[in-house]
Amino acid sequence: MRYLPLTADDRAEMLGVIGAPDIDALFADVPSAARLPGPVDLPRHAGELEVERELAGLAALNRAAGAGPFFCGAGAYRHHVPATVDHIIQRSEFLTSYTPYQPEIAQGTLQVLFEFQTQVAGLTGMDVANASMYDGSTACSEAVLMAKRVNRRGKAVLSGGLHPHYAATTQTIAHAEGMEIVRLPAAIDAEAAVIDAIDDQTACVVVQTPNVFGVVTDVTKIAEAAHARGALLIVVTTEAVSFGLLKSPGEMGADIAVAEGQSIGNALNYGGPYVGLFATREKLVRQMPGRLCGETVDADGQRGYVLTLSTREQHIRREKATSNICTNSGLCALAFTIHMTLLGGTGLQQLARINHARARELARAVAGAGLEVLTPRFFNEIAVRTKGPAAPLVERLAAQGILAGVPFSRLDPHAGLDDVLLLAATETTTSDDIAALAAALKAL
Amino acid sequence: MTMNTVGRPTRPEGAAAGAEGFQSLTGARGLVQDEPLIFELGGWTKTGVDLPDVTEDADDLAGLTRAGLELPGLSEPEAMRHFVRLSQKNHAIDLALYPLGSCTMKHNPRLNEKAARMAGFADLHPLQPVSTTQGALALMDRLAHWLKTLTGMPGVALSPKAGAHGELCGLLCIKAAHEAAGQGSRRTVLVPTSAHGTNPATAAFVGYTVTEIAQTADGRVDLADLEAKLGDHVAAIMVTNPNTCGLFERDIIDIAKLTHAAGAYFYCDGANFNAIVGRVRPGDLGVDAMHINLHKTFSTPHGGGGPGAGPVVLSAALAPFAPAPWVVSGEAGLALAEAAEGEAAQAFGRMCAFHGQMGMFVRAYAYMLSHGADGLRQVAEDAVLNANYIKARLGDVMTPAFPDGPCMHEALFDDRWLDGTGVTTLDIAKAMIDEGFHPMTMYFPLVVHGAMLIEPTETESKRELDRFCDALRALALAAKGNDDKDRFKNAPHLAPLRRLDETLAARKPKLAWRPETLAAE
Repeated sequence: MRYLPLTADDRAEMLGVIGAPDIDALFADVPSAARLPGPVDLPRHAGELEVERELAGLAALNRAAGAGPFFCGAGAYRHHVPATVDHIIQRSEFLTSYTPYQPEIAQGTLQVLFEFQTQVAGLTGMDVANASMYDGSTACSEAVLMAKRVNRRGKAVLSGGLHPHYAATTQTIAHAEGMEIVRLPAAIDAEAAVIDAIDDQTACVVVQTPNVFGVVTDVTKIAEAAHARGALLIVVTTEAVSFGLLKSPGEMGADIAVAEGQSIGNALNYGGPYVGLFATREKLVRQMPGRLCGETVDADGQRGYVLTLSTREQHIRREKATSNICTNSGLCALAFTIHMTLLGGTGLQQLARINHARARELARAVAGAGLEVLTPRFFNEIAVRTKGPAAPLVERLAAQGILAGVPFSRLDPHAGLDDVLLLAATETTTSDDIAALAAALKAL
Repeated sequence: MTMNTVGRPTRPEGAAAGAEGFQSLTGARGLVQDEPLIFELGGWTKTGVDLPDVTEDADDLAGLTRAGLELPGLSEPEAMRHFVRLSQKNHAIDLALYPLGSCTMKHNPRLNEKAARMAGFADLHPLQPVSTTQGALALMDRLAHWLKTLTGMPGVALSPKAGAHGELCGLLCIKAAHEAAGQGSRRTVLVPTSAHGTNPATAAFVGYTVTEIAQTADGRVDLADLEAKLGDHVAAIMVTNPNTCGLFERDIIDIAKLTHAAGAYFYCDGANFNAIVGRVRPGDLGVDAMHINLHKTFSTPHGGGGPGAGPVVLSAALAPFAPAPWVVSGEAGLALAEAAEGEAAQAFGRMCAFHGQMGMFVRAYAYMLSHGADGLRQVAEDAVLNANYIKARLGDVMTPAFPDGPCMHEALFDDRWLDGTGVTTLDIAKAMIDEGFHPMTMYFPLVVHGAMLIEPTETESKRELDRFCDALRALALAAKGNDDKDRFKNAPHLAPLRRLDETLAARKPKLAWRPETLAAE
């Protein structure tokens, strides 16, 4: 076995040092009824060539996004990631290290996390950010629980524009904590309805912009309404590239900003691993979940970084922790930071403008093909009304080699929006792709 | 081309040119580069990405756009250098043994990285029509089959994104099962004092009350105490096996029987599955739910703190409550049950958007195929052998917390051997850094004073184990000797930084770079 360095001689010699007659003696504490006499019923070991062949075979049964015109979004976006990013994250020192519990020999990881936190705070317009969450949806649910800790209220209002998976995840977790969740009905321009749902028991309001239908909203009024009632505003963003163009959550009065960071530095990966961004106001930092990296000095006065405020965390506080999170999404955060460093503020703004321009071209083409565009103000994603249910239409176009977006019914089969199709465009979308989609839609 | 060495000295001159007290003219330390933050490297208008011109304006978003975005950029060569310099300040498995107990820092095969980057996996959108993702669904289905076969459990939820997320998933299944049976009044979870911090944190997270179970003198769950605390108010017990002392719970079958007799479920923390994979199936022990850290037992890289993956295997009683989505087979091949309806009607909800950590599934499956059933059994055997070897080689100079009988995959020492030396567990840990090793897990589990928990894993050679044991023996002798204790009290001496002031970091948190951060210094 190529991954096991011990030889038969090594094993014999080591058993001698231990004073054990055989390996079974080391498993003596296992009840005899539970000891398997031999290997379980699965294939035997295989060489690198054979394993690679099998996996390549499975990969070949999938249609890669880059294989043709592609318009899927709805919380995961296909962007170009510079080659540098993947090279650096595969360096042994980043790839094969653990959570930086020994800061003297983990300054590489720690400084990157400090840079990540600063970038996330800057993008979201907030004061502080944590060192990442699993993904945007779990960050959203943690934000709702944090709001409960802050103002000790038990109700959360979720906008109908919130990604249905985010809403379902948040409902699951918040229900377990005994919170009441008011989930407003899915609607294209859902944010207007949120204000009326806020009352004096509301811990927080969760709104997404751009929302799941692509609608961009200035949530300043919602922030004011929430604050007037003592509630927090949580702003969710599923497309992090939009931070390059749109007003930041902080600018609009958010108390907590959460986002899916996948778009920056990370591949689609069929849904994971991704990287959750979580940022808040300075005064709320001690109620934040997750790991935090902070600046300090060493015994010689040299600047350095450590994990800090760990008295919020499970390994110190156990059942009194702010969250049970331990592992987060370190390597994806590193990828985010490298890509963001390459882009810089100017690069991200340019990239965001390009995305928006591609989506405008897409919207014109789709309208030209006779479909109604439902999204009044968009960044890089639009909702359109299809003639008949969207799901079979998407299947038909897939058979023609076009991945024509996400039917809303896939996200929420009970919303009564079966004829709504979500279409995204990014810098990877070409004019030819858009023309091919428009032609195929017209021909239906 | 060969280098011309004529006239150039090829041997070092003078024996006195040691590094002691040497200062470079610029304060630099040779290959260990000092590296500022990206925010101090200039580049406020710089970018390392060439993008096409924008073809349209954004007049449709009038009033909705941000004024500016002040984040620095770097050109590609500058960025490369920045991150490579930082990387060199990290310890890593690929550099030396990384014996963090409970973390299973084993070798990360690069075939797995290659496979996860195949376009058919990496460039696949989670919401593409399932007709275009049959290979991905087949991989998830096969991974599930391997996990179920290795654990002897009939069900598995793949979507949890890390161990603690898996714990949450398992407890939510248990909660849903109790509620479905009219047993929702069960609100207590029993957890041994030696448990990982995530166990009580997770139980509290789902609204349960945590009660601790006592431990026996030989490091196991106290059955009598367990029996006394079980009752119709108990929803579940959470027990790690092998436990955090590195010991197999000998009475595990009785623990399960008592738990079930009281109407509670047995949640097993599977963090230490590496010790028994291929040799023991948790299902045979009476476990109802167990998360499996794919980033421990199945070698997916830890990445400086994630991403991980924490699928949860489930007993027949709990499987119907597993969260959406899961893979189902239908007439047109494989599909996903994504909403709580039909086959998934009893699902307790959803753990996250999409279907889980696919990138980790590919890596873990590649690892499973590489080892096979025979190799995985050998993994457990070598992991246990290596730990016992360390325990044997260090047992005379350090004090094993539980000297009698074998340990499993990790060797636990307490700090009695440091009594009277003035040296602490922390000092030993930091001195290990100077000897070229990552410290072991220290001060955990909490039940052992000054705990040092050493988990070598199966991917260490005998030579590396000996090197490690030699270093620790030398440190032990030095700690007990009459030497100056500076070696320990001021360790590390040879790391990129010396000991860091964690109190300062917590008292005045600086969590982001700000221009005034620089001004203040």
